[in-house]
Amino acid sequence: MGDSREAKRVGNRLQARSLTLPYVEQELALDLGLTRRDVLKIAGYGSLAAFLAACGSTSSGSSGITATGGTMSLGSYASDPGSKAGVQAIVDAFKAANGGTKVNINTVDHGTFQNQITSYLQGTPQDVFTWFSGHRMRFFADKGLATPIDDVWDAVKSNYTAGFAASVKGNDGHAYAVPTDYYPWAVFYRKDLWSAKGYQVPTNWDAFKALCEKMKKDGLTPIAFADKDGWPAQGTFDILNLRLNGYDFHVNLLTGANGQKWTDPKVTAVFKKWSEITQYYSPGFKGLTWEQGADQLLRKQAGMYLLGLFVGDEFKASGSQADLDQLDFFAFPDLGTSFDAEKALDAPIDVYMVTKKSPTLSSDLGQAKAFMEFVSKGSTQVTFWKNAPGSIPTANDADTSQYPALTKKAVEIVSKAQKITQYFDRDSRPDFSGPNGMQGFLLSFLSNPSGDQTGLQKQMQTFWDSLPPE
Amino acid sequence: MANTTATTAPARKAKPGTGAVAISGRRRRYNVLTRRDKILLALMVGIPLALDIILIWGPTVASIFFSFTNWDGIGGIEAKNIVGLKNYQFMFTGYTLFWPAFTHNVIWLLWLTFVATPLGMLFAVLLDRDIRGSRIYQSVFYLPVVLSLVVIGFIWELQYFPTDGFINNALGLVKSGHIIDWLGDSRINLYAILGAASWRHIGYIMILYLAGLKSVDPSLREAARVDGATEVQTFFNVVFPVMAPINVVIVVITAIESLRAFDIAFIINQGKNGLELLSILITNNSISEASLVGFGSAIAVVLLLISLVPIVTFLTRVMRTSQ
Repeated sequence: MGDSREAKRVGNRLQARSLTLPYVEQELALDLGLTRRDVLKIAGYGSLAAFLAACGSTSSGSSGITATGGTMSLGSYASDPGSKAGVQAIVDAFKAANGGTKVNINTVDHGTFQNQITSYLQGTPQDVFTWFSGHRMRFFADKGLATPIDDVWDAVKSNYTAGFAASVKGNDGHAYAVPTDYYPWAVFYRKDLWSAKGYQVPTNWDAFKALCEKMKKDGLTPIAFADKDGWPAQGTFDILNLRLNGYDFHVNLLTGANGQKWTDPKVTAVFKKWSEITQYYSPGFKGLTWEQGADQLLRKQAGMYLLGLFVGDEFKASGSQADLDQLDFFAFPDLGTSFDAEKALDAPIDVYMVTKKSPTLSSDLGQAKAFMEFVSKGSTQVTFWKNAPGSIPTANDADTSQYPALTKKAVEIVSKAQKITQYFDRDSRPDFSGPNGMQGFLLSFLSNPSGDQTGLQKQMQTFWDSLPPE
Repeated sequence: MANTTATTAPARKAKPGTGAVAISGRRRRYNVLTRRDKILLALMVGIPLALDIILIWGPTVASIFFSFTNWDGIGGIEAKNIVGLKNYQFMFTGYTLFWPAFTHNVIWLLWLTFVATPLGMLFAVLLDRDIRGSRIYQSVFYLPVVLSLVVIGFIWELQYFPTDGFINNALGLVKSGHIIDWLGDSRINLYAILGAASWRHIGYIMILYLAGLKSVDPSLREAARVDGATEVQTFFNVVFPVMAPINVVIVVITAIESLRAFDIAFIINQGKNGLELLSILITNNSISEASLVGFGSAIAVVLLLISLVPIVTFLTRVMRTSQ
């Protein structure tokens, strides 16, 4: 059976008219005049190599679970230029470090990859894929579309903090992912604008609102806000709910666990608190993209902006390095509740996972695991970070000496947090958080923030109840 | 022709194995097709039919089946996935977006029928009068039809953006601080994108109608003029009735266009916050990350039933004219 599979594999390669021999780092141009005997010979060689690889997996590799050489494939959503180059750089480094393993990368547009993930994982996915931690990871683990990698995780877990260790576990307790980078959400501002106007970083809610009032008088938009795409508003909901009602309530609410309902008065309190600052938002925010919001901050039209660290990407794209150097942030102000001490925040973690249905996985599993082990290294993650500085390496042994001040501060704010969430749309089910779910509900709220929200909360709960069991 | 073949090529007909050849003289003329002809015909009818069944009717029937399940697109459908009419029940009573989306489709239909389509027809009538630069106007109005809807969506986003957009800046609203949020205000954004959709629809209707006008017999108009009818009278009493077949086609196209409205709203904001449309609800529920295949299919079935009305009208009309 193994042989026929090998023959098929070789057959497929024949169609490609070139053949990569495992362990031999060169491509053989295939002569179209191959005889049947030749093909069988090659097939035999291929299965022998696979056999060797299988044997080798017990003797080679630092942890005894990985294989060198051979091939593997990677499905990547890193489609923007920086992160695409970053993935290519780590793949090149992996190839060099792992006996010339040939990695086929399939890069798909980020949004498309996300939308098609269900059919992708059920079809013929690559061996390894890029994904998010949180509910979205656990969901596919539960559905049996991801391969548990406890052996890899056991080998690398000493390189991670407890928070990251929790982020890779499925509901069944197995490890399914290796976290590679993350980015915190915080309130961003320009240092030069603030020192010119004499603004101070607010540490509590009243100081925050007073600052907004002052900025308004100075002719600024106090808070840049841009919710055309629907998801940015969820960041404000997250942080207000975390500060007002705490991490446990937030997680229960977003997953419907422990009978937590959206009609809870604690949710009403979040909207009430939120309505106190909506008057300071960018005019026309429901028609603005997050990039346009970032531009308002960049052009000193707006004073503050609650967003992820990736706001720096827009500073880099639309502004100059000097603008980027002026970018700074502070943690969302305390609200005077007992949950302030949690210092909880959204810091979405990006991970690599191993698929289940990849047709090549049976022969590539060793290489895939070697790759997972490789991306857990600080040195690999720093290579990626150099190409995509909007996200921060997760490994303990990452060389932080090259980080600019902003990145160092981002590391600090996350390490101070006792609880870390992944962002609304990664912590909740996607049908609930999507455009016709919570994105739409929050836009309704923002249309009439000072009104009575109990009707809207009822709609949220009705919608939640209507969703089929996951 | 058929008879000629039958009488002049008896040798071909007599080939063995041609099937049921000529039992009686009356049936003889049904067998003028050679075996090759029959195979060819079978292929010509069979291949499109097979494709139609596989690509259109198969998925349609599958959707109807899915609409009775709560399948999430993962794994197989088991007995516990079958939920009967629950999806429909929730859609009509609990789902807060269904009726807004339905209403938006109706508004879309009314707008295209009573604003965009008449405008397109008016332009066609004006351009039919051989005014100077007629070709240039035709090209200008027709250009949006050639553009991809993604491009149209992008162009109109640039017009409508609250602070960076052309319209608010041209009207001086950005300076005076009274921004109109064309795309974000759920009371007006539907009409904003209807403007964009009309931009395209007008050109489409114009070209169709212009082609129809060109084929109207000029002697009819001359006769009307001799009888002393005004331009307006001529159009409504003579030209318009003559154009009846084209008018029906245009009405049906308008109806279909408004039922399949999707692209611009989806490009603007994935169809939320006032831009909900039935087609978008289907997409967002069944083929996005949400994977509510069952519920999305139920909406699709409703849209299918609504769509059947203009489609059947169109087909009966086409079949009648071709007979």
